[in-house]
Amino acid sequence: MDTEILARIQFAFTIAFHYIYPPLSIGLGLIMVIFESLYIRTKNEKYHTLAKFWTKIFALTFGIGVVTGIVMEFEFGTNWATYSRYVGDVFGSALAAEGIFAFALESGFLGVLLFGWNRVKPWVHLVSTMGVFFGSMFSAVWIVIANSWQQTPAGYHVVGEGLNARAEITDFWAMVFNPSSVDRLSHVWLGAFLSGAFLVLSVHAYYLVKGRYVEISKTAFKIALVVATIFSLGQLLTGHHSADGVAINQPAKLAALEGHFEAEAAADMYILGWVNKEEQSVTGIKVPGGLSFLLHQDFETPVTGLNAFPEDERPPQVNAVFQFYHIMVAIGMTLIGLSLLGCFYWWKGKLFETKWLLTAFIFAALLPQIANQAGWFAAEMGRQPWVVYGLLRTSEAFSQAVSANQIMFSLILFFFVYLLLFILFVYLLDKKIKHGPYDETLVDDRPNTQGIMDAIKA
Amino acid sequence: METLFGIDYPTLWFLVVGGLFSGYAILDGFDFGAGAWHLFFKKEENRRIALNAIGPVWDGNEVWLVIGGGALFAGFPVMYATFLSSMYVPFMLFLVFIIFRAIAIEFRGKEPMKWWRQTWDVCYSVSSITLAFLLGVVLGNVIQGIAIGPEYSYEEAGFFEFLNPYALITGVTTLSLFMTHGAIYLLLKTEGRLFAKMKFLLRGGIIFFIISFTVMSIYTLLFIPHLTDDFKETPILFIVPILTFLSVANVPRLANKKKYGQAFAFTSLTISLLLVQVAIEVYPKLLFSTVDPMYDLDIYNSAASDKSLGMMLIMVAIGTPLVLSYTFFVYKTFSGKVQLDETSY
Ligand code: HDD
Ligand code: HEM
Ligand code: HEM
Repeated sequence: MDTEILARIQFAFTIAFHYIYPPLSIGLGLIMVIFESLYIRTKNEKYHTLAKFWTKIFALTFGIGVVTGIVMEFEFGTNWATYSRYVGDVFGSALAAEGIFAFALESGFLGVLLFGWNRVKPWVHLVSTMGVFFGSMFSAVWIVIANSWQQTPAGYHVVGEGLNARAEITDFWAMVFNPSSVDRLSHVWLGAFLSGAFLVLSVHAYYLVKGRYVEISKTAFKIALVVATIFSLGQLLTGHHSADGVAINQPAKLAALEGHFEAEAAADMYILGWVNKEEQSVTGIKVPGGLSFLLHQDFETPVTGLNAFPEDERPPQVNAVFQFYHIMVAIGMTLIGLSLLGCFYWWKGKLFETKWLLTAFIFAALLPQIANQAGWFAAEMGRQPWVVYGLLRTSEAFSQAVSANQIMFSLILFFFVYLLLFILFVYLLDKKIKHGPYDETLVDDRPNTQGIMDAIKA
Repeated sequence: METLFGIDYPTLWFLVVGGLFSGYAILDGFDFGAGAWHLFFKKEENRRIALNAIGPVWDGNEVWLVIGGGALFAGFPVMYATFLSSMYVPFMLFLVFIIFRAIAIEFRGKEPMKWWRQTWDVCYSVSSITLAFLLGVVLGNVIQGIAIGPEYSYEEAGFFEFLNPYALITGVTTLSLFMTHGAIYLLLKTEGRLFAKMKFLLRGGIIFFIISFTVMSIYTLLFIPHLTDDFKETPILFIVPILTFLSVANVPRLANKKKYGQAFAFTSLTISLLLVQVAIEVYPKLLFSTVDPMYDLDIYNSAASDKSLGMMLIMVAIGTPLVLSYTFFVYKTFSGKVQLDETSY
């Protein structure tokens, strides 16, 4: 295999792995802030217990997020040297801002969040938790801005030629607020909140089904359900905005997302489908004219299709882009459905007796994770063959100084290290969940004794 | 070219990047140093204390690397890209060991089994040693120069090209300096038997450092002539190596007088003085080409635009007080000797 394809595989693998963790950390950060604020307001011990319990799980996701993130930061230089020289002026400043404003905030307060429970006053601890949470939110800001700039460049001019060509900033704020950054940032944030909320739902649904830690789990489940409902509905909105933006700024990507080939024709929307690139056809279940309707509120309006672009400016993997996109959307709809069902049963007062629904929530933790990955794969593969949309091709962007053997070496190394990391992560997560929210088993929360205790009290 | 206080932006940014990397070397330096001594402690209790001495701060220290890397990318993208892609293998190894060190710290205490803890202890110590060494190796390559050709190409002579003799010497010297620095940090954080043991180990660390430092200095003077040019032109600069020697000599003196706080200040000073010396030697170059000086990278041909540098100087001005205030807050919360509780590693 050649250097380019290996570099792409390595980048996709390492970033996809990194992106398992930040959404969890951002989402759990939000939940911890809620629990801890409730504790300070109500002085109810159960919120304290919940906050402490989720902090431990947060520590796990955060730790892996940090180390895999450091890899990403240096990989631009090691594997994408030409790209780095090209975008350094623009991208570097976003990355530097991220370091100074976000990571320092986050990691600075992390020590107090994790180890400071007995050392600082509760409100100082809450401030530290918020510091970590806002730090993680800001990390998403700068990196998504940098990525959005390469999807929809703005506020720059190109100087130099060939290997010396580079984009220089002319307008910092135009670079920051490039046409896609706001839509994509909000979409990414909500995706992260959903990851966190659904993990909390999953773990507490598991306790409820097993009859362990029942009281505390009911509380946590309700709070997380509110968060999940708000943001899963919100995600439909921000996703729709993103799609509108893609239609304007990256029409070739939009055409690939729906497998729309004809240069100028009304476009369908598929619920499910399979794209055949050679025959330029899609088989599946569709809403005729659906895409035209979503974009222009009219089933007939033509939408630019792939054939309107020269062969070498179309995303090569149309079917993959299509599938990733449709997985994400299907999951988005499923999450909305699940959250609304949860609310419905809660309103009827039967939420915690409905075993099948709780069981569904146990497994639902995986869905936002899959959607987050699928969303990025759709966005990034849909951007091909460009690294910087319309300006720099992926085939020109990789490091000339690095040989295929070297990348093979690092790819294999990362594969095994990340495999080990993942196994340890799953093992320790499982252990923490089984261990439960209490430090000592002072409270015997097993179902039978719980029943007897309740009977005695009554 | 735009200037501030009469200094051009690339030079200011050179100072920023230098400041960040010396901050990183001082902070993660004592973490690596403490980690390098880890296997010298035999009792579980002592290992836990040593680990928790860096427990609440190591992650924050590592952020200096992240900011430094970002600052290099932002300010000197050409240097960032060319250097990292030419030093591909050492950087990949560095990243892998950074991962191993972090997970060893995090995961060691999660299970009580003896084999589990021993495995992570070894992993932690070996990673710390390797990281300190690799940092020195990379620095050695910067000082010496690498084979950059036309169009930023790099003639790779072999997989382990980066392990040349000079780089090996700087690697070992860096390790020894960090071990001395880390030993003093542990002295500040420990009591009783462990403290007594650390006092003994510190002596070994100092001797190790003085020997490797001497070898490195002689090698530099004999074999790396381009480095001494700046000093010959501006003799006043000789004050820096002299200060470095004084600062090095001060460490054992203060340690003997049991003034560990001050000794720590002097190991920190030594680290930054050594980097200042490197900075003077290379400035305004960033990377020497061993192929032809016309391919050298300097702060002007690899800098970002003045507009971008100006923006970032503003960011640094806003960000620095913030970063320093969180750092101060964390170190204050966890100051004094290590106390283990249920939240410790
Ligand atoms: C700011 C930059 C940035 C950010 C935030 C992301 N990426 Fe990206 N991505 C790139 C910058 C980039 C890149 C350096 O520009 C790549 C390398 C090759 C390419 O074409 O684009 C890339 C490629 C790339 C590919 C390979 C596409 C291909 O080669 O066909 C995948 C699958 C992803 N990325 C996935 C992700 C995921 C899951 C992310 C979520 C965190 C993500 N990217 C964030
Ligand atoms: C290629 C792009 C990316 C790079 C270069 C990158 C870089 C990094 C680095 C260097 C760290 C460690 C910081 C530390 O030491 O504290 C990190 C952690 C983190 N990153 Fe990324 N990152 C990327 C993508 C993303 C994306 C897309 C998001 C969010 C949407 C994100 C969010 C975070 C968060 C929240 C952390 C803190 C650790 C955690 O919560 O898991 N990163 N990243
Ligand atoms: C509900 C329906 C949804 C729609 C219509 C939608 C739409 C979109 C579109 C059009 C993009 C591409 C944006 C671009 O390339 O600029 C995108 C990307 C993405 N989506 Fe969704 N999405 C939906 C649900 C979700 C859900 C539920 C999640 C995660 C929980 C998610 C996570 C992401 C991520 C992480 C990206 C990549 C980042 C980005 O480009 O913004 N999406 N989505």
